[in-house]
Amino acid sequence: MPTTYQIVVCGGIVPDPLQSLEPVMGPTGPALKNEMMLPSVLDPWAWHALFEAADLAKRHPGSKVWLVSMSPKAKLQQVMMGLAQKVPFELVVVDGPASGFADAVETAAALAGAIEGIPDLDRSKLLLFGGWQSASRGTGAVLQMIGEILGIDEQFQGVDKLTVDDSGGLEILERIEAGAWQKSRCAGAPAVLGWATGELPEPPNNPQIGMQNMRGIMPALQQAKPAALSGEGLSYDSVESPKQRRETRVETEMDADAIADEIAAWLKG
Amino acid sequence: MDTKVLWIGFTDGSGMLEKPALEALTAACTIADGLGGELVAAVVGGSAETALGQIGGASPASVTTVTGETWSAPRYKTDAAACEQVAKTTEAGIVVSAAGSRFSRIAAGLAQRLGGAVDTQVTAAKVEGGTLKVDRWFYRQRMIGTIQRSTRPWVLSVAPGSFAPCAEGAVEATPLEVATESRTTPLGVEAGTSGAQTIRPDADVLLVAGAGWTKKQADGEVHVDVAADLILDFAESARASLGSSKSMVDLASEGQAVLPFLTHLHQIGQTGASPRHPKGLATCCHGEEPHAVGWRFINERRAINTNAACGWAQGKADVLYVADAFEVMRKVNERLK
Ligand SMILES: Cc1cc2nc3c(=O)[nH]c(=O)nc-3n(C[C@H](O)[C@H](O)[C@H](O)COP(=O)(O)OP(=O)(O)OC[C@H]3O[C@@H](n4cnc5c(N)ncnc54)[C@H](O)[C@@H]3O)c2cc1C
Repeated sequence: MPTTYQIVVCGGIVPDPLQSLEPVMGPTGPALKNEMMLPSVLDPWAWHALFEAADLAKRHPGSKVWLVSMSPKAKLQQVMMGLAQKVPFELVVVDGPASGFADAVETAAALAGAIEGIPDLDRSKLLLFGGWQSASRGTGAVLQMIGEILGIDEQFQGVDKLTVDDSGGLEILERIEAGAWQKSRCAGAPAVLGWATGELPEPPNNPQIGMQNMRGIMPALQQAKPAALSGEGLSYDSVESPKQRRETRVETEMDADAIADEIAAWLKG
Repeated sequence: MDTKVLWIGFTDGSGMLEKPALEALTAACTIADGLGGELVAAVVGGSAETALGQIGGASPASVTTVTGETWSAPRYKTDAAACEQVAKTTEAGIVVSAAGSRFSRIAAGLAQRLGGAVDTQVTAAKVEGGTLKVDRWFYRQRMIGTIQRSTRPWVLSVAPGSFAPCAEGAVEATPLEVATESRTTPLGVEAGTSGAQTIRPDADVLLVAGAGWTKKQADGEVHVDVAADLILDFAESARASLGSSKSMVDLASEGQAVLPFLTHLHQIGQTGASPRHPKGLATCCHGEEPHAVGWRFINERRAINTNAACGWAQGKADVLYVADAFEVMRKVNERLK
C-alpha cells in the first residue's frame, strides 16, 4: 500500500509585492494605508508550499490537500479566483486579519482551531505545510506554533526539497547559512514543513480544476468563522518606512574605462 | 523572573560559537543591564569546552551546558527540548539567541511551549523607563517597527550584524541532562551549488547578476558563456558574494539559457534573501521593488544598466552607470587582478 497523506497548507494573503506600502498608526495599532484597496496575492512562500502539496498528493493517490487561510474573506475570495485554477484543494477559511501587525501567537491559535475542526482529518497522516516566513509579519513563527498546538514535534523550516522513500520516510533539505542545505530523514508523518522556494514552476491554469475547486470555495467562504484577535500583550511604539530614496547619481556620458576606474577605486576604498 | 535574561548559543561542528551568537550575547547583556536584571547563559551543541572560553566577556551569573551527540547537528525536537528545559530551569523572562537557521527553526515553538511570545530578526533593543523595546522589520524590510510586550517569557532572535560581538573570556558551567528522542536523523550538509561556494555572508561586496546577462545583446546574440566568466571572475578577484534576481534563477525552470552556478539560494529580494554587506553592485538587473527590498541591509549601492530609466535610477542606488555591463565588468576585472 503506498503511503497516503493529509496535507494541510496554511497560507494567508499579502499585498501584491509590486505595490508600495505605507504604514499608518490607527487607534488599534498600526495598519497599511488603504489596506483594503491594495490588490492581494497568496503569500508567496505559502504559494510554493501549496504547489508542492498538490504535487505530493498527486504522486500519492488517496492523499488530500486543504488550504487553511485566515484572511478577510472578501479579499480572500478575489485571490481564490486565480488560485483555484492552479491545483486541487479544499479551502478552510477563518475570517480574520491578514495584517503583518497581528500577533503570531493569536494567529496560530485561530488556525490550529480551524485545523482541529476539519472533519475526519487523520492526524497520523498529517503533513502541515506553509511558507517558512510570511511576506507580512515575516516572523516564521505561525507554523511552528500550530505544530506545537497540534502536538507535532518533527518540524523543518526553509524546505526546498522533500523526497518520500519506499518505506514512507521523508528526506528533507532545509536552507541553512551560506547557500547550503541541512539534509535530514524523518521516519514519516506527522511533520511540519515550512517551505522556501521548493522546486516546482507555477502550474498552468486549468479551468476544470477551477470549477471543481470553486464548488467548495464558495461555501467555505460563507461558513467562515470570524476570529477576533485581541492584540493583548503587544504594543507598537512606532512603525515607519525608512527614508528610502537615495540621491542617485545617474552617469550617462562616462566611458567604460572611466566607469571601471571608478568602480575599482570604490571597491578598494 | 521577568528581568532574568537567558542567552542561548549553539556551537558549530568544531565546538565554537560563531559571530552571530556572540552578537546576540551582546544584545542579551544590553537588555539585562538596561532592566537591572540578571544574565544567564546556556551553550547547546556537540561539545561546549571551546565555547566556554568565548563568552566570559559577558560575565553571566551562571552557565548551563547541554551537550552530546544528540545536539551535534540541528534538529527541531532535540534543540527545542534542550532550550525548553534550560528556559524552565532558569525561569528566564527573556530568552535571546542569534537568528541563524538553528534557532530560527525552534524560536516560535519554544515560545509556545513556554506559554510566551516571540519576535524574530530583532535589529535593536533598548530599555526606556524600565520597559524593553525592540526593533524589527515588517513586510519584507519595507517598514521598521518598535514594539514592546507585557507577555513573558519573551523569546527574541537577533538578526546577524545588529550588535558588536561580545568580548571573549572563560567561564565555568554546569551540565544539564535533557532526555529526548526524535524520529528525525540529521544526514549532514549539502552544498547548494556545484563548484566553488559563491554565497559568502562575510564578503565586503555583493554582486547581483540580473536576467539581462542572458538576454540578446546589441549584436543580436546571447553571450551566456562570456557572462559566466565575467561574473565568476569578479566573484573570485573581489571575494564577492554572488546574488541574483528572481527572473535570472527562474529561467532555469523555464528551460532558457542560464548561468548554472546561480540558484534560488542566490536570489535576493521579496522571496529571496536580504543579506548584509557594506557594498553592493547590481549588474543587468532592473531594480524592481520586489528585488530591491532585499537590498535593505546593503549600505553603498551601485548599478550598471543600459537603461537609464531602470529602477536603480529611482533613488534605489547611490550611483547608476548607464553602460554595457559586459564591457564594464571586463574592465573592472582587469583592474582588480
Ligand atoms: C510575488 C513576487 C515575488 C517576487 N520576488 C522577487 C525576488 O525575491 N527577487 C527578485 O529579484 N525579483 C522578485 N520578483 C520579480 C521582480 O518583480 C522582477 O520581475 C525581477 O526582479 C526582474 O529581474 P531582472 O531585473 O533580473 O530582469 P529584467 O526585468 O529582465 O531586467 C533585465 C535588466 O538587464 C538590463 N540589461 C540587459 N543587458 C544589459 C547589459 N549588457 N548591460 C547592462 N544592463 C543590461 C536591462 O536593461 C534590464 O534592466 C517577484 C515578483 C513577484 C510578483
